[in-house]
Amino acid sequence: MAVIGKDTTFLGYRRENGRVGVRNHVIILPLDDLSNAAAEAVAHNIKGTMAIPHPYGRLQFGADLELHFRTLIGTGRNPNVAAVVVIGIEEGWTQKVVDGIKATGKPVCGFGIELHGDHDTIMRASKAAREYVQWASEKQRERCPISELWVSTKCGESDTTSGCGSNPSVGNAFDKLHALGNYLCFGETTEITGGEQIVAARCANDAVRERFMFMFNRYQEVIDRHKTSDLSDSQPTKGNIAGGLTTIEEKALGNIQKIGKKCTVDGVIDKAEMPTHPGLWFMDSSSAAAEMVTLCAASGYVVHFFPTGQGNVIGNPILPVIKLCANPRTVRTMSEHIDVDVTGLLQREMTLDQAGDKLLVCMLRTANGRLTAAEALGHREFVLTRLYESA
Amino acid sequence: MIHFVLHDANDSVAVVVVEGVKAGMDLSGWIMDEDRTTRITAKQDIPIGHKVALRDMAVGDTVIKYGLDMGKVVAPIHAGEHAHVHNIKTKRW
Repeated sequence: MAVIGKDTTFLGYRRENGRVGVRNHVIILPLDDLSNAAAEAVAHNIKGTMAIPHPYGRLQFGADLELHFRTLIGTGRNPNVAAVVVIGIEEGWTQKVVDGIKATGKPVCGFGIELHGDHDTIMRASKAAREYVQWASEKQRERCPISELWVSTKCGESDTTSGCGSNPSVGNAFDKLHALGNYLCFGETTEITGGEQIVAARCANDAVRERFMFMFNRYQEVIDRHKTSDLSDSQPTKGNIAGGLTTIEEKALGNIQKIGKKCTVDGVIDKAEMPTHPGLWFMDSSSAAAEMVTLCAASGYVVHFFPTGQGNVIGNPILPVIKLCANPRTVRTMSEHIDVDVTGLLQREMTLDQAGDKLLVCMLRTANGRLTAAEALGHREFVLTRLYESA
Repeated sequence: MIHFVLHDANDSVAVVVVEGVKAGMDLSGWIMDEDRTTRITAKQDIPIGHKVALRDMAVGDTVIKYGLDMGKVVAPIHAGEHAHVHNIKTKRW
């Protein structure tokens, strides 16, 4: 019997704008590098809140700055977040982030450090954070239809077992979720190199196909401008090669197993943009794990499937990252990082259908509140994508 | 015991999925797309996750995996040998 169907529900937090989250975070979000210390001090003062420090936000301009704002605002807007305190070095850009998040209707306020100093800013922000976290702690989970769960995927430290086992398991789960009308997302633009025609052929229509090829070619131009042999052991990575992956084409053909056998690619978004209708979305994105997962969170996804071969340990502050693995050596040596063991696939002890279902069961348990391995281990990698140098 | 798997019956390389494959071992393989088995003898030690060549290949040949092009041969490969970065290279970068 199928583990999910149109009547399947999960327990989520329904937000003011109708979207559903599976976590209830109150975050202290710095606008820029300079505000990390104050944000971390507030999170230390007020228990149950979480600071999300990062190294950027100063002297960026143009598309790179727009992406910075889109990522921070998207992070605050994510339904896994109940309320947000923004802290920035000055009030103008701080307010821009506050306004972007406020559109969801969730509680948000911002504080500028200039003319106040850290002490006064930390005090003011702590008072707001204390109110928010007590308010959020009374929020109750409610039953929500499975189709309201937005699920993203990206693989990391892949090896050949990823393409044979863990990635097709995600594909199987995606095929089942796609049929139910879920919002789904994949990306990793450079890691489709060698398999781009397969993705193009899966696009739902010519407009989507053209947009996908535009994004693919745009990224290839960046690579061509700077390329070195095997991109200096970055594509494939040292870990990929140690795990047996030889070429980018081989890695890509394994990577795209994640979009299953039946899903159509229904739309294309730029980095950290929000999808506008159900279906499987391609997001133009880096293939670096923390960058891509951070972008998925900013796009509004609330659960993430992360297949690994050699054992990537990534997590995210607000997006639960579910790791699955088909490599028996990795499952043995890094068991604390693996949520779903699909090693049985490669010994014919488990069918692909069973592996996909095992992942979906873990997805529902995670959505209902069970912490992922990455959450329990405190992995909160928040990495902003940069497009070019600061001014 | 499955020692190696391949996606498509036409693949020229397959993935070793167990630890401890040594030269001279007779290996059992699973062709996933057709759900049937095949065999080959390892000519070299091959680590888990790494590929075994299923046929002889000459320099310039295209390597087939998933039934598709995964790169080119840059040093001669014999069936049963370890196929990796020392004898296969991308066609892209």
